[in-house]
Amino acid sequence: MTYLFNTPDQQREMLQAIGARSIDELFDQIPADCRLPGALELPPALSELELEREVRTLAARNGAGEDRVCLMGGGVYDHFIPAAVDEVVSRGEFYTAYTPYQAEASQGSLQAFFEYQSLICRLTGMDVSNASLYEAGTAVSEAAFMAMRATGRHKKVVMLGSVHPEYRQVLKTYLSNLKCELVVIPTVEGTADLADVKKALDDKTACLVFQHPNFFGCLEEPEELTRLARSAGALSVVAFDPISLGVLRRPGDYGADVAVAEGQSLGIPVQYGGPFLGIFACREAFMRKMPGRLVGRTTDRIGRPCYVLTLQAREQHIRREKATSNICTNQGLLALRATAYLALVGPQGLKEAAELCCRKAHFAAERLTRIPGVELAFDRPFFKEFTLRCAEGVEPVLSRAREAGFDLGPTLSRFGSAFDDSLKDAVLMAVTEKRTKREIDELVAALGGLEATTLGVAAIPQR
Amino acid sequence: MDLNALKYTRSHEWVLVEGQTATVGITDFAVHQLTDLVHIELPRVGRTVRQDEPFGEVESVKAVSDLYSPASGEITAVNEALADDLGVLSDDPFGKGWMIKLKLTDASSLSGLMDRKAYEAHCADESEHA
Repeated sequence: MTYLFNTPDQQREMLQAIGARSIDELFDQIPADCRLPGALELPPALSELELEREVRTLAARNGAGEDRVCLMGGGVYDHFIPAAVDEVVSRGEFYTAYTPYQAEASQGSLQAFFEYQSLICRLTGMDVSNASLYEAGTAVSEAAFMAMRATGRHKKVVMLGSVHPEYRQVLKTYLSNLKCELVVIPTVEGTADLADVKKALDDKTACLVFQHPNFFGCLEEPEELTRLARSAGALSVVAFDPISLGVLRRPGDYGADVAVAEGQSLGIPVQYGGPFLGIFACREAFMRKMPGRLVGRTTDRIGRPCYVLTLQAREQHIRREKATSNICTNQGLLALRATAYLALVGPQGLKEAAELCCRKAHFAAERLTRIPGVELAFDRPFFKEFTLRCAEGVEPVLSRAREAGFDLGPTLSRFGSAFDDSLKDAVLMAVTEKRTKREIDELVAALGGLEATTLGVAAIPQR
Repeated sequence: MDLNALKYTRSHEWVLVEGQTATVGITDFAVHQLTDLVHIELPRVGRTVRQDEPFGEVESVKAVSDLYSPASGEITAVNEALADDLGVLSDDPFGKGWMIKLKLTDASSLSGLMDRKAYEAHCADESEHA
């Protein structure tokens, strides 16, 4: 498909106007080794009919989500999405809207973001939420930067080793050109040792970043962690699981200064690697230091309620190089999905979803660990996700599960040197409200059965 | 306040020197230019600042502006009342609207600042080019 169409005549005319003899000459100043020699190696063009057939063949190779059972963890989860979420979001007024440059002309979008912010504040117990960021990794990094601004401490950030390794990687990348040290506290037992945390925090520390429930699925001790951060004069930044707040205490209730999250669980499908939703909320004291767009409600000149982008003095177009962030957009459509989801399920629905996840995950963990050689990697309380260790190694177990139609993972070895060697034969698994008892029984049978065969004993899962 | 007793910066801060202590604020011209003030960030007592470095910032409905220190020294007092009522800054910028007090480390650096007459000319020049 030609997006910028021009004829050889037009090309000649344009080259003439700028005084170049050929397109090659036009690109002369680009070093030869940076240029592609010759044409792209592409197959000949297909007709529309042929192309459609080709794409269908390719698409058929996708493992479609619905005919497999997803038990994958690691930050992206297969939660139920009410059909009304798609219905609301696919309205043309929302779906086709690009970021509104004259923001106040798009009252519908602003109202949706205002509702999103209000829902996030209620969900987290925090005072103020922005209109969203890209995803959790960015939100964690932006939180660390805000902590540096708020504390005036620019040299050190402390993070638990049980935070998602990809969030850590994003922050590390952001920090790579700054004189700020990222101290990672090992969590070989699944959660942080409070004595280690206390030792790492000092009067140079901008913030303590932890995840709760953490990357391994385990519950940390959030009250203690926020208290330790506070007594060192540092901010506490928690990465939470939105669904978990149906049963766990809210970040605002246990004293967190900043609450960030991957918002994918809130009505956003498990789609490729994203796009997802970065949730960012904080205490009012940091309102002027927070990154991102913020929508406020006010009244117009004849007293009708209306919505505006507010506190814009923080932002790039006004504050230039002193802006609180170089991100001046938000994940509008996905924030809208989260808004529709939260509004649809309500506090009771969220509580029910969270309880179902928690019960089913514990049922699955209990059954799976009856299989010889399969055990929980950590002796810690968990919510919907847990880490399994397999005596025979992770890969054979995963491939048996895959063959039987179950997707587990990711394996911890996938994250390279992020974790201790003792965890290289461990794999994450999450159980959402969508999973049924039958599915879990089938998984146990598939793993246990073949396990027994391998060991040469009767292929009956232990009950 | 005798405005002739003060020294001024090109960025519209004023400073009153009494012995080793300097009191710093922003001028009525600055307040007028900033229009409606909504927020102020002032440093903590005990911090040291260097001449021409930002010691805080003031936010109006239009913009956020840095506050530059006219002198080097250690901050010995901060006008905490401003955060609660920025009206004070508009009503009495040279008096109750003071922002910080410094214990000067190098009084000689003040010689580079403007006196009232030079500052008025500077303001007139800026208004003309605004």
